[in-house]
Order: sequence, then C-alpha cells, then structure tokens
Amino acid sequence: MKHILDELDRRRQQARLGGGTARIEAQHARGKLTARERLELLLDEGSFEEYDMFVAHRCTDFGMQETRPWGDGVVTGWGTINGRQVYVFSQDFTVFGGSVSETHAQKICKIMDMALQNGAPVIGLNDSGGARIQEGVASLAGYGEVFQRNIMASGVIPQISVIMGPCAGGAVYSPAMTDFIYMVRDTSYMFVTGPDVVKTVTGEVVTAEELGGARTHTTRSSVADAAFDNDVETLAEVRRLFDFLPLNNREKPPVRPFHDDPARIEPSLDSLVPDSPTKPYDMKELIVKVADEGDFLELQKDFARNIITGFIRLEGQTVGVVANQPMVLAGCLDIDSARKAARFVRFCDAFEIPILTLVDVPGFLPGTGQEYGGIIKHGAKLLFAYGEATVPKVTVITRKAYGGAYDVMSSKHLRGDVNYAWPSAEIAVMGAKGAVEILYRAELDDPERIARRVRDYEDRFANPFVAAERGFIDEVIMPHSTRRRVARAFAALRNKRARMPWRKHDNIPL
Amino acid sequence: MFGKILIANRGEIACRVMKTARRMGIRTVAVYSDADRDALHVRMADEAVHVGPSPAAQSYIAIDRILDAVRKSGAEAVHPGYGFLSERAEFARALDDAGVVFIGPPVAAIEAMGDKITSKKLAAEAGVSTVPGFMGLIHDAEEAVRIARQIGHPVMIKASAGGGGKGMRIARSDAEVREGFQSSRNEAAASFGDDRIFIEKFIESPRHIEIQVLGDRHGNIIHLGERECSIQRRNQKVIEEAPSPFLDPETRAAMGAQAVALARAVGYHSAGTVEFIVDRDRNFYFLEMNTRLQVEHPVTELVTGLDLVELMIRVAAGEALPFGQEDVRLDGWAIECRLYAEDPYRNFLPSTGRLVRYRPPEEIRTPRAVIRNDTGVEEGGEISMFYDPMIAKLCSWGPDRAAAIAVMRGALDAFEVEGIGHNLPFCQVVMDHPRFVAGDLSTAFIAEEFPDGFAGVVPPPAVLADLARGAAVMRRAVVARERAISGRMAHHTAPAPDRWVVTLAGQAFTVDLGEEEPGGAVLTRSWPGNRPPTAEEAAAEPVHVAVDWLPGRSLARIALGGAGDGTRDYLVKVGLMTEGFRLRWRGADLAAMVRTPRAAELAALMPERTPPDTSRLLLCPMPGILVSIAVEAGQEVEEGQPLATVEAMKMENILRAERRGRVARINAAPGDSLAVDAVIMEFE
Repeated sequence: MKHILDELDRRRQQARLGGGTARIEAQHARGKLTARERLELLLDEGSFEEYDMFVAHRCTDFGMQETRPWGDGVVTGWGTINGRQVYVFSQDFTVFGGSVSETHAQKICKIMDMALQNGAPVIGLNDSGGARIQEGVASLAGYGEVFQRNIMASGVIPQISVIMGPCAGGAVYSPAMTDFIYMVRDTSYMFVTGPDVVKTVTGEVVTAEELGGARTHTTRSSVADAAFDNDVETLAEVRRLFDFLPLNNREKPPVRPFHDDPARIEPSLDSLVPDSPTKPYDMKELIVKVADEGDFLELQKDFARNIITGFIRLEGQTVGVVANQPMVLAGCLDIDSARKAARFVRFCDAFEIPILTLVDVPGFLPGTGQEYGGIIKHGAKLLFAYGEATVPKVTVITRKAYGGAYDVMSSKHLRGDVNYAWPSAEIAVMGAKGAVEILYRAELDDPERIARRVRDYEDRFANPFVAAERGFIDEVIMPHSTRRRVARAFAALRNKRARMPWRKHDNIPL
Repeated sequence: MFGKILIANRGEIACRVMKTARRMGIRTVAVYSDADRDALHVRMADEAVHVGPSPAAQSYIAIDRILDAVRKSGAEAVHPGYGFLSERAEFARALDDAGVVFIGPPVAAIEAMGDKITSKKLAAEAGVSTVPGFMGLIHDAEEAVRIARQIGHPVMIKASAGGGGKGMRIARSDAEVREGFQSSRNEAAASFGDDRIFIEKFIESPRHIEIQVLGDRHGNIIHLGERECSIQRRNQKVIEEAPSPFLDPETRAAMGAQAVALARAVGYHSAGTVEFIVDRDRNFYFLEMNTRLQVEHPVTELVTGLDLVELMIRVAAGEALPFGQEDVRLDGWAIECRLYAEDPYRNFLPSTGRLVRYRPPEEIRTPRAVIRNDTGVEEGGEISMFYDPMIAKLCSWGPDRAAAIAVMRGALDAFEVEGIGHNLPFCQVVMDHPRFVAGDLSTAFIAEEFPDGFAGVVPPPAVLADLARGAAVMRRAVVARERAISGRMAHHTAPAPDRWVVTLAGQAFTVDLGEEEPGGAVLTRSWPGNRPPTAEEAAAEPVHVAVDWLPGRSLARIALGGAGDGTRDYLVKVGLMTEGFRLRWRGADLAAMVRTPRAAELAALMPERTPPDTSRLLLCPMPGILVSIAVEAGQEVEEGQPLATVEAMKMENILRAERRGRVARINAAPGDSLAVDAVIMEFE
C-alpha cells in the first residue's frame, strides 16, 4: 500500500514541475511567475483544489506522442478568495508555451461548467502562445468550446481574465467576452494579429508592446480595465476586485464589516464646486468622501477619463459608481465615455450591484469626429443601459445637467429611484449663454441686453429648483450630507423589485 | 477702547487679530478679494467688505479701497497685520487724515526705518552696532587691501550693482583681497556693466536673531527678548524659536538695550522688531527694523505670556503699557514651524490647489506643553497663487528647548494636509536633525544640510523594525476583516495568517503575531529577513505592540513595549495599499508591503522597476493648460531655450531646455490640459 501512495506523490511532484526547472527559471528570468505560483498568490493559502492534474494530450502528429506532460499546459480547479469560492484556470507557459490543445481546452471547459452550475465566478490567468499548431483544427475547436462557455456564463457568474503573458490571435476572444481584463505591464500583450502579420499586410512597423501592451489597452483601446507592475501586484489587485463582486447573479453583492459612520458629515464638500461655472474640480474627491473608509476601486481609469467608473462600498456593501469628471473635457459625454460607462452599468445591473451616479455634464461633445464615429448610437448605449437597469439607482447632480445628457445620466425619467441635487445644480436644456443666443437672436448685437437676458436665464434656470418643482429631483441636499443621504437612499432600496416585460433579449444599439 | 476695528489683511494673521479683538469685546471687520470670498477670515469676522479682484495690488494693498471699506464699516481703527500695507507710511498717514487710528507705529518711524540707508545711519547714531564696511568707491586693489585691514578679515567684496552671488568674493587675507577685488571687478563689469566695488565685514556662520520691542504713546519702551530665525530658505524664514539657544544673558541685555535705544530714537510706539546678524563670537550687527507685528510673534507670546495684538490695540487706543521691563519674564521655550504650500520634493516649488484634507493637531495648553496653530485655512479651502504660500504657523511650547522640540514633533506627526504639496515632512526632518537639536544654527543651515534639496529620509533600522511590527499587526486586522465578508464557504475559510513578512525601505522583517490580548495589544516576535527564526530568535522575549487604528483611519498610534526596553510610541500617517500601507513618519515616506512569507518570496522574484529616465523628457511641472510649443520635432535646442508655455492659475510659465539636445517627439498640443509630470516632449 505504502508503495502505491508513494506513486501518487511521485506523479504529483512530476506534474507540479510542469515544463521542468529550466523552463521555470526561464519564466522567472522574464519577470513572470509560474502557473502554480500565480494560483498560490491568487487564492487563500492552502485553498486550491486541483482537477485534471494528470490529463495529457492525445496528439500523435509531428512526434508529439513523445512528450505528453501531465496537466497539458494548464492548471485548473477551484479555491477561495477570502473564503469565497472561485473556479480558476492558469495557463502554464513552461509546457508547450501554454499552447491550447484539445485537452487543455477541455480542462478549462470542465471548470467553467462547474462554475456555472455551482454559481461561482471564474478567473482565468492567461499566458499562452496560442493554438497548439500540431493539433490543428482540434485546438481551434477547443477555443470555440471555451468561447461558447464564456457566452453562457456571461451575466450569470462574474468572469475575470488576467493577461500575464502572450494572448494572441483567436485566444483574445475568450478574455474579450469576460467581465474584466487585468494586464501586467511589460510582460503581457493581446492582439488579434501580431507585429509580423501587421508588417506583412499593412507595412506598419510596430512592437508587440505598442500594438497590444498594457499601456495600449488601458489608454487607447479600452480592452483592459486595469494594469499593474508585476504578477504579484496584479494578482493582489484581482483579489481586491473579487471582494466587490457577488458570486453569481442570484446573490446580493457581498457585505463586509466596515469602520465608518454612514452619517459622516463632510463640511469640505460644501466648497467642492467652485464659484466659477467654468472652473473644473475633481469629482474623485466626492467619490472618496462618500465611500466607506475612502476606498474606491477605479476601473478603466486611463481611458475616457471624462467619465469615472468603479466600485465603492456603502455600509459595507458594494455600490457601482458612474461619475462625470469635470477635470477632463469638462465632463462631457462622448463615444468613448458613453461606451465605457454603458458596459459598466450593464455589469452592475446583471449582478445586482446598486448604482450611484454623480452628474456634472455639460452635454455631448460636438464635432464631425463624434458624429462620423456614431455618437448617436454610442451615446444611446449608456441611455439604454441606465433605462433597462433594475438595480437600485441613486443619482446626485452636483452642477451641470444639461440637455440630453441630463436625461442619459440616470435621470428620474430613466427610472432613477432617488435623484438628488446639490444647491449648485443647474438642470437645463443648455447653458445660459447658449440658450440666450438662440432665444434672443435678434438682440445679439446689443451686448448689454444680452448680458441681462443671460442673467435672467441664470436666475430662472441655473438652479435645481425648476426640476425640483416638477418632482424630477426628489430632494435638494446639502453637499456635506451627501454620504448620509446616499447611504440612506440605498438602505431604503435594499428590497427593490422592478420588472421588465418578457422578451428573448433586448436589442441594445451595439 | 475701540468699538470696532478693521483688519486690513487676510489669512492666518487676520484670523489671529480677530481672535484677540473678539476676546476684548471689539467688533471686527474683514476685507476680502474675489479669491477670498469664502475664506475663513471672512466668516470669522462680524462683518466683511469686498475690496476688489484677486490680485493684491487691486484689493489688499489698494489704499483707497481699504479706506472705502473703513468708511463703509465705520471702523475706528485698522490693524494692518504683516505684509500688505503694514509698513506703508502713506497708508498710516491716510488713516490719520481720515481720523482713523492706525494700530501700529507712528508714520515717521515707518518712514525712517523703511529706508535702508537712513535706518542704518539712524541706528549708528543711536549707538547700535552695524556691520563694519566701506560704502565708498574703491579704486584699486591696494586701497581694497588697506580698507579690508581696517575692517578686519574676513571681508566680503561685493559689486555695487551685484545680485545672485555674481561679483561676490570672500577674502581672508591680503592676497585674497587683492585677487578677489580684481575678479569681482571683472565679473561686475561683465555682468552688470558697472564695476563699482565695496567691501564689508564678512560674518561667518551668521545667525538671524531679532529683538521684539514694544512701546506706548507715553514714552515707555521695553523689549520682550529675542527670537532666533536662522532656519531660512532663500531669505524666507521657516522655523523660529524663542529664546535663542545661542544668546547669553549679557548679549541678550545688550541687544535689547540697543533695540530699545533705536526705537526710542525714532519715537516708536506699538510692536516692532529689530533684526540683527550675530556672528560666532556673539558679535551682533543691526540688519533692519520691522515696524509691524512680525509673522513669528507667537513664539514671543508663548514665552512671555503676553498677547502682542492686544497690547498693540491698547497702545493704539492710548493706554500706557501695564508693565515695565523688569516685569518681563521669559518662561520656557517656544518653536514655530511655518507650514508652506511648497513642495519640498520639487525644490520647494509653490503648490496651489484644494486642501482636500486639512486636520491640524488639537491645540492644547497645559503647564507642561502648549500646541498652538495659527491658521487661515480649513479643509476644502483653496490655496491660490495670488498670495503668500504660508498656510499655517504651528507653534509649540515646553519648559525647555528639548521639551518644546518634543511637543513640536508630536504636533507635526498629527498634522494632516493632503491635496497640495507642503513642507511638513521637511519641518519634521529638521526637528530630528542633530544640528537643530543641538541648537547649532546659522542662516546657511538649510543650504549646508540639504545641499541637493530635500528627498525625505529613511528612519534608522530600529525604527523600521518597530514600524514593521506595527504594519504586521495592522495587516492582520485588514485581512481578518476581509475574511469576514459575506458568502464565505462555511468551514473552509482560513483565518488571517499570523506570520508576515514586511518589506520597507529595502529591508525585510519577518513578524510573528500572537493572539490579541485583552486591551488590544499583540505579542510579537520579529527578526530580519524572510526566513524561519533561529532558535534564539524564536525564544526571544516578545514585544507588546498596541496599534490604535482601523481601516479607513489616516493616523495610527503604534506603541511598543517589551521587557527591559521601555515603551516606544509612534504616531504614523497611514494610507491603505492593496498589499500593505503607505507609512509617513518624521519626514519618511515608506511603502510597507506586508505579505505572507510565500508571497514575499515570490515578490522578491519580481524585477526591480527602474523609474523612467526623465532627463530626456520635458515634464509639466504643475497642472495647467499648454498654451504654446516653441519648438518642433527634430529641432536642435540650446540650454535655456524656451520650449513650451504652460498656463497655471493665470500665470504663464515658460519651460526651458535644461541642456542642449534635439527634440525627438512632441506629445502634447496647445490647449491640452496637463497634469503634473505629463510628458510634453521627448528628447533624443
């Protein structure tokens, strides 16, 4: 018997070595950790349950039958993050460069099926050279099976992708369909076609980093939600994100003990909005001062910075925040910001995460670039996302809420549950100057009269009270009491139920 | 006594004057510019009058506007504070003419002391010692040698038209005088087109020590001892104290007597300050007289127990001084740190913006310690570029100098300022500096001790070890809270680990944590490195660590005590990071990463990240709008050549090339709104 037990130990040890010590050292030399080391960091110590450790590929072409390492280039199983269950796969670059074979894909599919059935999220650590060419179409079929599962799981369990090495070609489409993508700076890249193909086809000369590095995807393409300096830091940040997310779409977002007074007063918020309507201020200060313990996890922070998206906690429970940022492009809506916020709102709605919207929006960005780019349909995405969302929605207008952008930003008309305004709010069709220039076109050559008209318009409309008269604003609140008011609003909405008509699915303008 | 006074100033000094006036039952009137509409001094006053746009020239120092405000408010007297109109004779005269009392000295005294040459002459006549020198023109080197001998070596040879150190030479012998005279003259001719040269005594290791004088309208003039203000940066005082650690009673009495004599000579009343330069041998020389309340007056108040503002008001109202020279007692020691909105890590560049967080330490007054904070700002306030960058004066008092320093350290530890760059860490480092602690000061202190600017400090190893223990305790609390999240697998959640590896300032410590004891202290064992303990380390007497902190709090008190080594107490500023904490303490700014031993082992495999080489980049020095770019890609530039203009707070700042080179790439376009350190262009 002893001999048999030893045999298991021996096999396990060999499986755990993956591609062998030389390749592990090479992986370390690249500044990367191995698949198993990464799981050690991602999961609670000692919590990893591995499956399919002895799976090996079945390929016999090109002499592949000579090398059949156990595990086949991916480590799969489940574990816990702060005690909450999560299914994981971690591609092992030391085994065939982490390439995806039929059996490699089957291992991933197995844990995805379990995750979906058992209502726990999936986190994939990607570090793969791509399809295993020796297997040909069997490998492609494997990708397809993973894709289909990503789609089936979407909106049911949270899916997080961490790009920790190469991720190229068709392989990018699995992360692309997950909820969040985190990348590691300098050691990860994602693209559909690599620099060599790009050069052959278009003649463009570009490095892998420029084409699909973390910087590109966090600042230009918005493919990635965040990037960090190395594997250790990135995985710690994934744990942090995970703690904000529910395990599945049937659960409420998680709650944890908090050390902050829900009624905390912040006198300094009374001076957050500057006297001059054209002077910017940092909306993040409001977010941080409203949040429990000042803790804010921002997503897509380097892309479309005119809108802010991310998670905070109120009374220990996750809340998604969408906020216009007056510091960038005056906080206006444009194609990028509408897309960014729309996807975030839909994530929150899918997973029962309440949404706090902070509004200071002067309107939509004008210009041919925007119109030709289809701002009409992209802007509609955000409008649509807010309108269809049935989670608790609380809105605070701090300053401008002009024109159509007012409607879009979780207004009462889009089933906003509690809509507050600060006394500095201006809810109007447009700014006073613009309005007067249209209304009193005939008087334009009389600057004095126009100035008076502007003043009149400001007195009448540059305030929250016209909207409050109609009930479009539920209450005008003091800035210093924002945390208390917002926390109480969400507390009152804890058992909200809203229904949607039956349909196969909606037709959001994609 | 007056029923109502107007304070023709802003910021902390306006608030400070109002506090006293209010205590005396006098109504107060504030004046304010556009930028100060919501300022603290406006809200503190009983009434406030708007006097104009933000620039001081159109508001706070526009005499007619201030006079209008006086008329409008019906104030009977005006306190000018310091700066602005406080030493403008025409303002005092205009008030006289309007029948309003100026809470300050007589016009003649302001005028006499306002002129450098007149004041020196008057001082010399009053028997005040002045820096020996020869003001006339010197024609040749031999004459220079002769004069230098008369004055006594060392001497300073200066270009008459000089400035910025150009044309200046220190000479310690005849030969050096000869040589220095020639080179100074050549340099002066080349730099200024003016080769006139003069010579004065060179004061070695000079200290700046000043005497506070106080007089009434009845001929009584006394002094209130000295203040030492040697800690200066580019002639801007940073830290002051009273008394001076350098003066003996004889010198103090001699300086006091001369200061009183000078004040008497100009018919002085109200508060005034006579500034001296003091050399190594306690020879002192008159510098100038300031005919106003001095910024650093609180240190005098703290050691004399007097309220200088109250005395100024009473004197202005015609009252006689209620005490004489012999009643003045100096008790204990007081220190003032000026909190400037200047970023010490960026060579003290002025920093403007919103005070996102501003939590001064609690003011206390006990027989053993006083903390006083004179401030004109509050959380949420805006630091604009229009006015002085000083935002507060933090003062401490203790029975002796060491005690005053200790109180100041504690007060600085507790002072939280976020949103702008500020010199708090710098003040903290000075408080711990051995030379400061020893009282070994000179006006060159900052230049000598921080020749390459300020880059923070690394605490000594014993402190790092203590902070590591504290960080481990805090980290376990954070993780324990994380593991209290809802939705856990019931019996499969591991508790927060008890062994942690803390890395900070490039050093690693392993910390073992025991159970939390009643009262909150944790027994800890710690050893350097990431490894199991040796038998000796494992058997070492554990250290009690009590940490008063919860997630979300920005200050942590870490108290350590063990058998035999007493108690150590740290008040640390804490910022939460994903795997640890940002710890700020006494001028150190540390990232303390707290990981399990395995995670720390893996983290050690991560490549060191070298910060990007910024020498080939033109970075935006402050948040602002890019107005223009003066060069294009591929262009050769010379050192000093303008590259771009950034507008920040309505000020155009021209950014110049630091060295010659070729522009490789331009990354920003005019009109762009840039953050600090945004890359404007790259060089080859």
